[in-house]
Amino acid sequence: MSEQAARLELSGITKAFPGVLANDHVSFAVQPGEIHALLGENGAGKSTLVKMIYGVLKPDAGEIRWDGQTVHTENPKAARALGIGMVFQHFSLFEAMTVLENIALGMDTALTRQALENRVREVLDTYGLILDPHRHVHTLSVGERQRIEIVRALLQEPRLLIMDEPTSVLTPQEVDKLFETLRQLAQEGCSILYISHKLHEIQALCDTATILRGGKVVGDCDPKVETAKSMAEMMIGANLKSVEKKERGAAGPVRFAVKDLAAPADGPFGTALQHISFEVHAGEIFGIAGVAGNGQNELLEALAGEVTAGGTNMVSLDGEPIGNDLTGARRAKGLCSVPEERNGHGAVPDFSLAANTVLTARQRMGLVSSGFIHFGASTEFADKVIQDFNVKATGSEAAASSLSGGNLQKFIMGREILQKPDVLVVSQPTWGVDAGAAAAIHQALLDLAAEGSALVVISQDLDELLAICDEIAVINEGHLSRTLRVGEVSIDEIGLLMGGIHGAPKEVSHAA
Amino acid sequence: MSPEILIAIIMTVIGASTPILIAALGELVVEKSGVLNLGIEGMMLVGAIAAFAVTLTTGSHWLGVIAGIVAAMAASMIFAVLTLSLMSNQVATGLALTIFGIGLSSLIGEGYVGKTVPVFGSFFPAGLAEHPVLKLIFGHSPLVYVSVALTIAIAWFLKHSRAGLILRAVGESDHAAHSIGYPVIRVRYMAVAFGGALAGVAGAYFSLVLVPLWTEGLTAGRGWIALALVVFSSWKPWRLFLGAYLFGLVMTMELHFKAAGVTLVASEFLAALPYLATIAVLAIISWRGQEKVNAPACLGKPFRETT
Amino acid sequence: MPLRLEARPQYSRPMLYATPVLAVVLTIITGAILFSAIGYNGPGAMYEIFFKPILDSYRWQDLGVKAAPLIIIAIGLAAGFRANVWNIGAEGQYVFGALAGTGVALATYEMTGWWILPLMCIVGAIGGAAYAVIPAFLRTRLGVNEILTSLMLTYAAIQLLFYLMNGPWKDPEGFGFPQSRTFTDYQILPTVIDGTVVHLGVPLAFLIAIAAWIVLSRTLFGYQISVVGLAPAAARHGGFDANRTVWHCFLISGALAGLAGIFEASGAFNQMVPQFPTNYGFTAIIVAFLGRLHPIGIILAGLILAVSYVGGEGAQTSMGLPAAGAWIVQAMMLFYLLAVDILVRYRIKFKSQIAGGAA
Repeated sequence: MSEQAARLELSGITKAFPGVLANDHVSFAVQPGEIHALLGENGAGKSTLVKMIYGVLKPDAGEIRWDGQTVHTENPKAARALGIGMVFQHFSLFEAMTVLENIALGMDTALTRQALENRVREVLDTYGLILDPHRHVHTLSVGERQRIEIVRALLQEPRLLIMDEPTSVLTPQEVDKLFETLRQLAQEGCSILYISHKLHEIQALCDTATILRGGKVVGDCDPKVETAKSMAEMMIGANLKSVEKKERGAAGPVRFAVKDLAAPADGPFGTALQHISFEVHAGEIFGIAGVAGNGQNELLEALAGEVTAGGTNMVSLDGEPIGNDLTGARRAKGLCSVPEERNGHGAVPDFSLAANTVLTARQRMGLVSSGFIHFGASTEFADKVIQDFNVKATGSEAAASSLSGGNLQKFIMGREILQKPDVLVVSQPTWGVDAGAAAAIHQALLDLAAEGSALVVISQDLDELLAICDEIAVINEGHLSRTLRVGEVSIDEIGLLMGGIHGAPKEVSHAA
Repeated sequence: MSPEILIAIIMTVIGASTPILIAALGELVVEKSGVLNLGIEGMMLVGAIAAFAVTLTTGSHWLGVIAGIVAAMAASMIFAVLTLSLMSNQVATGLALTIFGIGLSSLIGEGYVGKTVPVFGSFFPAGLAEHPVLKLIFGHSPLVYVSVALTIAIAWFLKHSRAGLILRAVGESDHAAHSIGYPVIRVRYMAVAFGGALAGVAGAYFSLVLVPLWTEGLTAGRGWIALALVVFSSWKPWRLFLGAYLFGLVMTMELHFKAAGVTLVASEFLAALPYLATIAVLAIISWRGQEKVNAPACLGKPFRETT
Repeated sequence: MPLRLEARPQYSRPMLYATPVLAVVLTIITGAILFSAIGYNGPGAMYEIFFKPILDSYRWQDLGVKAAPLIIIAIGLAAGFRANVWNIGAEGQYVFGALAGTGVALATYEMTGWWILPLMCIVGAIGGAAYAVIPAFLRTRLGVNEILTSLMLTYAAIQLLFYLMNGPWKDPEGFGFPQSRTFTDYQILPTVIDGTVVHLGVPLAFLIAIAAWIVLSRTLFGYQISVVGLAPAAARHGGFDANRTVWHCFLISGALAGLAGIFEASGAFNQMVPQFPTNYGFTAIIVAFLGRLHPIGIILAGLILAVSYVGGEGAQTSMGLPAAGAWIVQAMMLFYLLAVDILVRYRIKFKSQIAGGAA
């Protein structure tokens, strides 16, 4: 191994997609044994860049050098042959297959089942990881799933490991465990390219950081020397407007109450809800934290009325039981909602923005009468949403699918907020949205609460919840923890709740 | 019931079951890769006429079978290009393939109507093949043994081979398979071609073994029953094998009743029975609800590779 | 690869209208080559199939009569396809509806009155809808795939037809032929243009298409059908019941297929015969797609398919091209439409054009 040349060196990498220049002459180098951060906010082009390194995408221009040699990684197999391993943000796993089958699919050399299992157990031992090779993936927690990806990468004995946003789905304790593994790997000489937008993690883990903004490299730095603020400014490019949390008086009356709510799992890979109870007062924002896949989707559906609750008293609005109402009826009574998935759930991608207002605003905004749609009224309402929420679109006739994720999210949030709901339930309000839009959405939520509405925010982003909520509870395997006051609770405490109350190993609870 | 009648019934059931078994095995592989090809009926007919025409001209059954395979594979490639490369709707494209196959086979078959070829029978010596009892083992067309061998081979392929694992992975999550470097579209092309080949063999069975006399639309909707069979089997080759014989029994009910001289029910009802039985079976299977868990997660969904 | 596909930010409207025309043009070219290859006069056959019926004004009445059932059935199917409801068994509902209406005709054989014909039509529509209840029930209650069930029921309906023609409904004065009595004057759809075969079903088909256009494009019901088909999760979020939509689609498409069936039995056949199933239920699938699931498009597509039917018959008598020739042409139209459909969502670019990487 040549110690002079960089393990990986990129120069002038450029990649365009229709309408966007995802990477614009990106250049940087990763040294052997170095943990190198690639920092940037959502949409900065980080994922596109690493997909080119791993051979999933091909650059339009530029050069990739590996140990000083120019290489063309035609496909992931070629990348793996060089010694590049990758752990994807959205796991490349097969739910209906076993851990071992999943690992076999990631291997380029065919091994017998037994030989492979032995090697897997070896790797697990070496890094102190716990994983049962014979379990089916759909029975595993998110953290365990990530471990499959890591084991899959480690079995190839990589000399460069790419981690794409690895901690967004982990509990704080799982993050610590992951960092230990990564440090051990780096000590053994493996380079790590660590992609994230979380500054404190990068400061804790990385030796060097390259900062990407709008597809361009805007700087390199030593994260141990920089402050979080200086890196954030490089990442965002402007001074961030902080959200204004208005001072509120005593809590108002209870507007939204959930009592002993239960709901079945949504599909074979879902999580059933049990004994969910909480109350939200007028003017309050109630946050629900938790690692993905612990019943958040089922909860949003049960609260929004996409499925009816088991009994009418399980959900009530201003004292009126609405548990047996479906979304349409709940909306008419004052409860609006925003699901996590924008395309295809919150909005119909092929429909125009104007047509998308009919989806959820027809009752409250009078967009339909005696069965006929008022196209004039729906266009007017769409225009108002676009204007008030600063949605970048060619107009109300633009298809929802033509908007960027952040703009569509602003449109959907605006569509619900402008209906002035008494209760608003939102899931992942700023997932995949750039920092400026996220701040605007947070402000709109706070303003709605200030007018006396009760809000429920389901999010995996703990920072977000701590910034805007008055109270927080944690959802874990379909159970909701006790309610905690923001400001009186520590991150560690929430982290423990996210991993199951006593931090018990998952295997026990899954054994059914 | 006399043993002779019982043996005769078993022989007819095997005859009726074999083509739907072969076609359904092909479709099972196609669906495991995440593609739904509703064009079995059309591909079978194209295969049937090609096999018939070539056998009639060359006198060789095997050449006929190969012609059936080639023709049905070519038809399946129309489907593959449309659905895999041009991302067309798989349901509509499969239906178009069926209508096309029905039309093409009748057009080409126009000059062959009423002509016959010798039956593609057993290759064992007459002493075994025509023995009143041993014919149960030795008295079948070579394609019957092929169908059993195919069941074993496909069951092994899906469960134990690496290629089978990749095929299942592509059908389970095309995006995941693509991101770890498997050529999703190429795998699906190969699966569709294989499904086409087996539909061709099944078609050849119709025109060379079952009714070695060319009539228009001689498959009579059996392609659809093969599709239902795949659902019935929960995408498991051995259940498919059992199911094919069960359906074969129902499909030949009309003959058995006639042979036994039973006239209690109208013959039209017996002719409709296989279709009604299929509906009943699909209902029972779905009611038990296990089919959904086993279905390939990407079945019928188009996929586009970005590079 | 010199060419590559690039997703359009928005569906191309010009392409939406241009692609069906392109599909027909490509079909004519391919058909000419294909028929030449198997020994017919290919260009001549294409002229016979696609142009002769249009140029020969005497055949226009046939076009109307053939197009009417195709349009009526395709309207119902299109509503279903929009909602991802794959009713492939319209042929069965067409036959079953026609049988139900014929049942009324046979029961009122000795009666007179203006009410007999409307009653036959209503019962025909109800019969078609009733037959569609089976796949609708199986899909919504048990999750059984409706493609297979509706299709299987077609085979069953045809056997039922054979049974009735050979037994209970056989014309006692029909010299043993397996067919029903001829309908009386009170049971036959009147012609609307004297001296032609154009029956009342033809203008009704156009009226049904226009009504469907209004319902699909301007009402919440039409909106609901599209949302359920395009984005089922969004439909649930918007408060639309997917199962109820499936029921609506099956009942509508079944009723329309049944109505088309009794129109055809009463207006064209004037009795029920074993040759009644003529694959209109399947051809209507092509019509629905070629018409882009849009009622006005379906009128045009229905006429084009009628042209191919009438032209196919012409080619049969004038040049001996088998009836299957017309089916192939119809299937090719659908193939080509599905193939060129990609131009609506993607544009074709030369690779060198974007290699520079401009935004």
